[in-house]
Amino acid sequence: MTDTPKSGSIFTQTGLMAKRNASEKRFRFYGLVAVVASLMMLAFILFTIFSAGLSSFRQTTVTFSLELTEAKLDPKGGRDPAKLAKVTTVGYNKLIGTGFAAAIKEHGIEIEGLTDKDAAGFLSDEAAANLRDRVLADPTLIGQTVEINALVMGRIDGFMKGRVTAESAANDSNISAEQLALAKALDDKGLLHLSFNPAFITGTDASDTRPEAAGLGVAILGSAYMMLLVIVLALPVGVAASIYLEEFAPKNKLTDLIEVNISNLAAVPSIVFGILGLAIFINFAGLPQSSSLVGALVLSLMTLPTIIIATRASLKAVPPSIRDAALGVGASKMQTTFHHVLPLAIPGILTGAIIGLARALGETAPLLLIGMVAFVREYPGAPPAGFSDPASALPVQIYQWTQRSDPAFVERASGAIIVLLVFLLVMNTTAILLRRRFERRW
Amino acid sequence: MSVSLLLLAIALLALIGFGLARRRALSSAGGNPRELHSLPGYYGWHGALMTALPALAGLLIWLLVQPVLIERSVSAHFPADMIAADSSLALTMADVRRVAGGIDVALTAGAMKTDDAGRITTDLAQVRDTLKAVGVALGSDVTTEVLAAAQDYRRLAALGATGRALLVLVLAIAGMALAIRATDKDFRARNRVEQVTLGALMLSSSIAILTTLGIIASMLTETFHFFEAYPIADFFFGLTWSPNFKGDSQLGILPLIWGTLYISLVSMLVAVPLGLFAAIYLAEYASARARAWIKPLIELIAGIPTVVFGLFALVTVGPFLRDYIASPMGWGDSGSSVMTAGLVIGILNIPFISSLSDDIINAVPQSLRDGSLAIGATKSETVRQVVLPAALPGIMGAVLMAASRAIGETMIVSMGAGAAARLDLNPFEAMTTITVKIVSQLTGDTDFGSPETLVAFALGMTLFVITLGLNILALAIVRKYREQYE
Repeated sequence: MTDTPKSGSIFTQTGLMAKRNASEKRFRFYGLVAVVASLMMLAFILFTIFSAGLSSFRQTTVTFSLELTEAKLDPKGGRDPAKLAKVTTVGYNKLIGTGFAAAIKEHGIEIEGLTDKDAAGFLSDEAAANLRDRVLADPTLIGQTVEINALVMGRIDGFMKGRVTAESAANDSNISAEQLALAKALDDKGLLHLSFNPAFITGTDASDTRPEAAGLGVAILGSAYMMLLVIVLALPVGVAASIYLEEFAPKNKLTDLIEVNISNLAAVPSIVFGILGLAIFINFAGLPQSSSLVGALVLSLMTLPTIIIATRASLKAVPPSIRDAALGVGASKMQTTFHHVLPLAIPGILTGAIIGLARALGETAPLLLIGMVAFVREYPGAPPAGFSDPASALPVQIYQWTQRSDPAFVERASGAIIVLLVFLLVMNTTAILLRRRFERRW
Repeated sequence: MSVSLLLLAIALLALIGFGLARRRALSSAGGNPRELHSLPGYYGWHGALMTALPALAGLLIWLLVQPVLIERSVSAHFPADMIAADSSLALTMADVRRVAGGIDVALTAGAMKTDDAGRITTDLAQVRDTLKAVGVALGSDVTTEVLAAAQDYRRLAALGATGRALLVLVLAIAGMALAIRATDKDFRARNRVEQVTLGALMLSSSIAILTTLGIIASMLTETFHFFEAYPIADFFFGLTWSPNFKGDSQLGILPLIWGTLYISLVSMLVAVPLGLFAAIYLAEYASARARAWIKPLIELIAGIPTVVFGLFALVTVGPFLRDYIASPMGWGDSGSSVMTAGLVIGILNIPFISSLSDDIINAVPQSLRDGSLAIGATKSETVRQVVLPAALPGIMGAVLMAASRAIGETMIVSMGAGAAARLDLNPFEAMTTITVKIVSQLTGDTDFGSPETLVAFALGMTLFVITLGLNILALAIVRKYREQYE
């Protein structure tokens, strides 16, 4: 001990100590910054999605009265459904266009330079299709004057929601200044409404040019079919596999291999499962492309490792004393497992299954490969036959909408994300509640 | 009998088998269940399983074999050179199936009479009209041979259906009879039933292996096909990626690997510092209350589907980087870029690194910390010089896992990184990755013989090997580390 420290009292801070304390503070601050930054990013992502997407649940319609002239819709008379169906949407389009122009005049709105084409283009093409469906469902309407709520075109809808402004419309060939003036005038008269739009959730997808009519119905139904099939396929198999590995499997090379395999499968990129689905289920087994059945098979294989890992953890958590007691009163190993261990592990298994299912619900990439990028306008049929009908899925629908040029589809995609997040939130909350409610501490 | 009807019949017979076997067991014990070897229910289950399993197996085999046999016999209708060409035969067989199906539809719709349906083998025009009336349109290449083949097909299919029903029912009843004959008070029904259950459990656990084998087999065979059509050296060492569906494509993987690694690097530069510091803060500094709130919130990021991050990259991050950083600095004017995708994947990967590292840091024994603090180190010095070195292998494992996720990520890169394959250092340029190209080569109308499509399987194989290697390495590191303190 030749070196004695020079410093005197331990109550005064030396230069070195001050430095070390400052570095301590800095270090702690970095940690806090990292946490706050991560949380801010989460909040920012959610904020951008919600601020862009909430408006998609409301849609602009214009209300006016329209005479359904018999001469146009049923020239022969007699209300024969087959003949009525001969009048296409083009016919209805003309009728609705002239009716709308008349309604504008009737309300005393005069816009300088507004052509008939502008007036007709103000309404969505979907308005004519909707009117046609309404007339075909109830032919007695022909000849009457009815009040209709027509969808307006996507740009006008954007104008009402503040997405389209006079400046942005100036460089946009799809909308004219006169149409915006018309929208303003109609809004002043109280004819333009921005109201809740159930068709966004229940309707079918629409083509590139009519974002105002695009809905999520097919995608939600397709996702629901797939989740149903994933539960039916992956849950029993996953639970059975975990029971074998946890309770029965001898410790040997083969079971070791299976275990390593499962943990590796959990980390395989999801797109590889898509390649597997394409090669085996579609090309080899000949199952129908873009059907919810193939989608569910792929997602099941993907979810299986998650379910197995969760189930094994909850089987492991059941104390050995339960098994010993059951074996002690003469139950066989199988009876012990199925009558005593499994029921106690069910909450944990369900939690794991729901979490796996939530992951499967948000998965996109493998579904793209099995042909789910097709434009599907038909609802899939009722199960079980409907499982092989072409379907869409929520995340795929979101992806498709983001690939379209009209910015109105970004709003739609964000709205679809909100729907997806709501589903995920419900599933994850259920999982957490299940765990809280039934979890037992041994 | 249709398949679903057969399944129903099997279920019904199994139910009957259950009841009969159980009753026989009880009556053999004189109605006293204590005389039995197993609980009465097990005799019932034995009866049901013996009824259903052979029948189901028979049905499955029949369903697999019948189409092959029918196809072979029907193809006799076609000239030999057509059979030699595999693809045209497949197309014609599809026509045959469609005509046969159409005739069946016409029959059920009542547009064709039962006696007519079997006889028409020559009058093509009439068949065409009738089928059109019920909504089955035939292509122009349907010939009279196809029509004759379709009739043959229908005859054989009908024969097959009868044979199938017969076989299944015989198997079910024979199984039931065997089970009932074996049933006796000393019969070890429980052991038999448990054997079957164990078999089912083993079968389930082998599905994981089968999946891996399926992945490897499906990708390997197609990859081999690809390398037959395209030189292997050009694929692995080619510097240009320009697929051309008219032929003469250059399919070099290097630009894709470069894009993949570059984007992953950027993402790791975001995720590792943020995730690691967040983990250190949560494990060492945060109060228990704050931790209980913050940890799940950060993990929430991992629960958001990647397509959501993709939209975020496409709509928010990409334009922001372009308008405020890249364009003013003259680094490019592309909304989709390495930076965009890398940043967003980085955000996605924060929770993986932070959660795993948090667990690992918590697993470092408290005695190490206490020792360090006792000799006068500050908390941050303890963390930097004692805890982190001890936790380093585990953290490395977590980082490798996150890197493998970044490499395999698909949706964010396909929406945020662009589709142009290029070798460039500028992170504000659009580049592309292996996963993006797999999607673009395999979606849309593709011809499964061309190298432009098959290359996707070679890309998939490469991706699989890279990510698998990283994961095995990561698992090995984590496992080795875990043993250190146990």
